[in-house]
Amino acid sequence: MAIPKMFQWLLAASTFMVAWLSYVAGYLNTSLSQEYHEVILVLPLYVLMAFASYSLAVIGYRVATFNDCIEASKELQEDVKEARKDLERRGYKYASDWQ
Amino acid sequence: MDSMCKFPFLVLCGHEFEIIIIDDGSPDGTLDVAKELQRIYGEDKIVLRPREKKLGLGTAYIHGIKHATGNFVIILDADLSHHPKFLPEFIRKQAEKDYDVVTGTRYSGNGGVFGWDLKRKVISRGANYLTQVLLRPGVSDLTGSFRLYKKTVLEKLINACVSKGYVFQMEMIVRARQFNFSVAEVPITFVDRLYGESKLGGNEIVAFFKGVLYLFATT
Repeated sequence: MAIPKMFQWLLAASTFMVAWLSYVAGYLNTSLSQEYHEVILVLPLYVLMAFASYSLAVIGYRVATFNDCIEASKELQEDVKEARKDLERRGYKYASDWQ
Repeated sequence: MDSMCKFPFLVLCGHEFEIIIIDDGSPDGTLDVAKELQRIYGEDKIVLRPREKKLGLGTAYIHGIKHATGNFVIILDADLSHHPKFLPEFIRKQAEKDYDVVTGTRYSGNGGVFGWDLKRKVISRGANYLTQVLLRPGVSDLTGSFRLYKKTVLEKLINACVSKGYVFQMEMIVRARQFNFSVAEVPITFVDRLYGESKLGGNEIVAFFKGVLYLFATT
């Protein structure tokens, strides 16, 4: 039995947050430049924003390229007509014609 | 000329099959039509298993399987939103690598849907994206019900699933993966409700999210 997806996410998220918090709280001794330091301070926010933008882009693209199947609808209506004819030839009676 | 190999049986020519119709007391005369088809094509080809009232999808499947005589079961909606012309493609795909499940997909290849407005597309794509991210199911369409199963696999999956409605379809595929069954996909077109009205209300959406969270936490 694999680990449920939720715990995989929690594990990944908490690992990331522990690393980030220890950096922010100053437990990690690093000699990063000021620019890097500023980026890391808001890193979780950046990650969230990047993920949100990516998701919106993917969903938007998929909605825009959704296949409308107009041909399939026409074909189905033709097939229904053909099937009706075939069934009538076989003696099919519609409920409205029953006596 | 006038053999059994005529529409709608044309597509299943060369395969042994029976069509099992489960009707949960629908008021639109489905059962009357089915009886008439049975009179024309014979009781061995058209098997009627009506139930008095709506009892849920899972139990409908169980009810149907009991009367299935073959090794494979293909499930499709009888309102023509699933076109039987795709049946040979399911069968061909299954035979390719002896897959346990072949599921129709509206979201890849030439698959698609007719009759959805922008709002419906956004909801559908959004919900699909969410489930892809959270559940990583390995298939592109989790909520469709046009599927082929090996009969033993279908029995096992139904017994393992607890959800209802859309979530039931999703759980079947997620559990299939959990049990290491092999799953393949074929693109299908879904013509939404030529007859009758399509339903997607607030309640369905809430139930869907609950279902996704349930599967997220347990699988």
